[in-house]
Parts: sequence; structure tokens; C-alpha cells
Amino acid sequence: MHWQVVWDNMDYFLWGAFPEGALGGLAMSIILALLGIFFAFWLGLAAGLMRLSGRWWLHYPALVYVEIIRGVPLLMCIFWFYFLAPVVLGHTMPEFQSALVAFVVFTGAYVAEIVRAGVLALPKGQMEAARGSGLSHVQAMCFVILPQSLRNMIPSFVNQFVSLTKDTSLAYIIGVNELTRAATQVNNRTMNAPMEIFLTMLVLYFIVCYVLTSFSRRLERHLARYQARN
Amino acid sequence: MAMIEVNGLQKWYGEFHVLKGITEEVNKGEVLVICGPSGSGKSTFIRCINRLEEYQSGTIRFDGKDIHDRDVNVNSLRAEIGIVFQQFNLYPHLTVLKNVTLAPIKVKGMPKNEAEEVALGLLERVGITDQAHKYPVELSGGQQQRVAIARALAVRPKVMLFDEPTSALDPEMINEVLNVMKDLAREGMTMLCVTHEMGFAREVSDRVVFMDGGEVVEEAPPDEFFKNPRHERTKAFLKEIL
Ligand SMILES: Nc1ncnc2c1ncn2[C@@H]1O[C@H](COP(=O)(O)OP(=O)(O)OP(=O)(O)O)[C@@H](O)[C@H]1O
Ligand SMILES: [Mg+2]
Repeated sequence: MHWQVVWDNMDYFLWGAFPEGALGGLAMSIILALLGIFFAFWLGLAAGLMRLSGRWWLHYPALVYVEIIRGVPLLMCIFWFYFLAPVVLGHTMPEFQSALVAFVVFTGAYVAEIVRAGVLALPKGQMEAARGSGLSHVQAMCFVILPQSLRNMIPSFVNQFVSLTKDTSLAYIIGVNELTRAATQVNNRTMNAPMEIFLTMLVLYFIVCYVLTSFSRRLERHLARYQARN
Repeated sequence: MAMIEVNGLQKWYGEFHVLKGITEEVNKGEVLVICGPSGSGKSTFIRCINRLEEYQSGTIRFDGKDIHDRDVNVNSLRAEIGIVFQQFNLYPHLTVLKNVTLAPIKVKGMPKNEAEEVALGLLERVGITDQAHKYPVELSGGQQQRVAIARALAVRPKVMLFDEPTSALDPEMINEVLNVMKDLAREGMTMLCVTHEMGFAREVSDRVVFMDGGEVVEEAPPDEFFKNPRHERTKAFLKEIL
């Protein structure tokens, strides 16, 4: 076994060439995932609420967006934005930004569905009580519906976040220097320890996702206390 | 001028004719009890009054003004017409106090400390003291419904609608809610109550309205209504619930 290869390159796996050179490795994967989920949350929230709207000019664009994206593989999205950006912008977009846009647009569609389902799952009486007391639709959403349904959505959001964290490995394909690419680079250079290197990858991805899911479970228990009952 | 004038109100759910021409007047300070078998359209009727339901024909006037008039703001209209539901529908993520202050702050623009003062006064009035900082789940059904009444009163409505406020309660909690409603009636609140609590109807209502199949079959002051129901359908209904 050649575990020495793994130890020698551990810092490269964890944060790339940082701080002398560019950030990469696991840190890059996590940054991609964090930024991805942050922007995807807002995009998905907007799209989900638009889809719930009774106005066709809000409803249909959201519907088309969600349905198209959900019918396309993520890898397709990544390629698509990578090759589309130069056409639209007139110059190439750096790999990182291009991958991030793909992750945001892709995950946003799933978040939109989570938001829609979460809002619809609340008892109808909540909206009626809010509107019945004179709150506008927007006020009712902001102060009554979303605070409750967003809490209920947290487990689904975390699921999506975990998926995205793992899916950041796909950014490797367009050359983003995240964990999978770092591993491949080291493997290509050393040639003698693929087993050890990829086992290490497995453990690293697992640890990150495990921490996320157990955090989510704790949060869920904490928030389960004040739920709307039918 | 009547506070609420309903004229030839008709509503369909698709093919289904729920309200078949309801005409009704409620004066300021009057207490109306609406009863009738399940599915007769009682809830639908009172929910039309604050526009929680739309209707296809007829008019409803509130304070002399058609509630569908162009210059009627639906949110201001609803702030003048409180509603209490069978299922309480308290906001589970907010404390009792915040349940009550939400609408006054957001709809009426009342400053927070003033709204809290008003809310605490109302909570005391409905007999909820020392619970203002609890969450709805920590209260009994009867207490929750009394909070719901306080919440509806917080925007100082001119009319209160009650949709079977005691039907979801355990029997031993019904009276605490009815007592609050009776107090409200005696203080001169205009009320439309869908309820099958006939003791309540006898004691504080001015008129009892019996609905069946989307129509008002019979209406009369409570004494007369219970002593001499005229229609067969009313008699059959009364026999069943008394
Ligand atoms: N959203 C809806 N779509 C279709 N039909 C409906 C809808 N809401 C109510 N109905 C029907 O309209 C009729 C009247 O309903 P409503 O709730 O007004 O009756 P109710 O007199 O309040 O009965 P209950 O005592 O059971 O509350 C019922 O037959 C019901 O099935
Ligand atoms: Mg009903």
C-alpha cells in the first residue's frame, strides 16, 4: 500500500495549493456547494412562489423553468452553461462561475418544488385566518405561511444540499479544481496509489455529508415542537 | 340602515348550487344564530360576507356599501369583520401574544407596544391570563379558541363571524367559549354565529336562521323558533339536535 502518497497530498486534497496558489480540493467543493445552495434557495423560493401564484405571467415561466430543468441531467446543465456563456456573453466565463451558475439553476428548480409542496402542505386554515384578519396576500405569506413552511422544508433543503455537495464533483468535467479533480490530478501524477487516493475521496465526501445530515436531524428535532396541526 | 344587507345571494361550486338566493339583514348590535344540517351552506354564507368566498350573483352590503365596490379594499373590509373558525387556526409558530398583535401591527399600523397593551387587555377579557408568552400547542382547545376570539377582536371589527366555534371542542370546554361569546353579545357586538348551541341561541340571539339546501327555510326570534317551528324541515332538524 502507498498511503504515503495520500498523506503527502492531503493538504492538496483539502484546500488545493492555498495559500501560495489557488484554492482547490475539498474547500473548493464546499464553497461551490455553499454558494450554490445559497443562490439556489433564493431562486427556488422565487420560482416556487411564482408557481403558486394565480397570475399566469408569474405561474407559467416558473412552471416551464422547473419542468425543463427537472428533465435534464445535471451534467447537461454544466456543459450547457459552459458552452453557452461565450455565445451569450461574447467571452468565456471562468469554469468556477460557469459551474456555479449551472448548480444554482439546476438546484433552484428542485428547491422550487420543495417550496411549492411545503406551502401546499400547510393547513388551509392558516392562510384563511391570516387573510380573514385583513393581512394582504404578501403579508400572510411573509408572516404566517413561509415561517412555518420553511421550517418544515429544512429536511428537504438539507437533502438537496447533500446532493449538491456530492454533485460538485461533476464540476471536474469542465476543469474546476475541486476535490475530485485534485484526486485525479494526484492519481495521474503518482500512478501507483489509485485505490488509496479514491478511498480517501470516499471518506472525505462521506464525512462532509454525514455531518450535514446529522446536523439536519438535530435541527429537525429542535423545530418539531411548534407545528401546525390539522 | 342595516349593518349587513344580503340580497339574493347565489353561489355555485361548479355545477353545485350551494347558495340559492339568500336575503338577510343584520342590524348593528344584533346577534344572529345560523343553524342547519351539514352541507346546507352555512359556512359558505358567512364566508361570503368577508369575501373569503366569492359568489356569482346577488349583493352584500356592509355599512351601506357593496363589498365588491371598486373602492372597497378587501383587506380593510376584512379588518372590520372578524372571523373565528371551528379549527381555531392559531398561528403555531407565534406566541399567543404575537398571534393577537400581528394583524393590528401589520394591518392597522399600530405601534408594537400599543398593540401589546390592547392584546393583553383582550386576552384578559377572554380569560387568558399569564399565558401570553406560551405557544398555541401549549393551550387547551377552549383556551385556543378564546385566543382566536381575542385575535379577531384585536383589529376592532364592527362585526364578528363565528363558524361553529365550539364544534371542535371537548364538551367541558364549550362553555368557557360560549361565555366569552355571550359577554361579547351583551356588550353590543354585531354577531353572526353558525352554531348548534341552542342554549346560546336562546339566551343571547335576536334571531335564529335555519338553513337547508342552500336556502333560508325559516327564521324567527329564538322563543318562537324553538316553540313553534313552522316548517317540517325545521321541526325534523330541531328534533335531531335538541
Ligand atoms: N371548495 C368547495 N368545492 C366544492 N364544493 C364545496 C366546497 N366547499 C364546500 N362545498 C360544498 O358546499 C356545500 C356547503 O358547504 P358548507 O361548508 O357551506 O356547509 P355547512 O352548512 O357549513 O356544513 P357543515 O355544518 O358541515 O359545516 C357542501 O355540500 C360542501 O360539500
Ligand atoms: Mg360549516
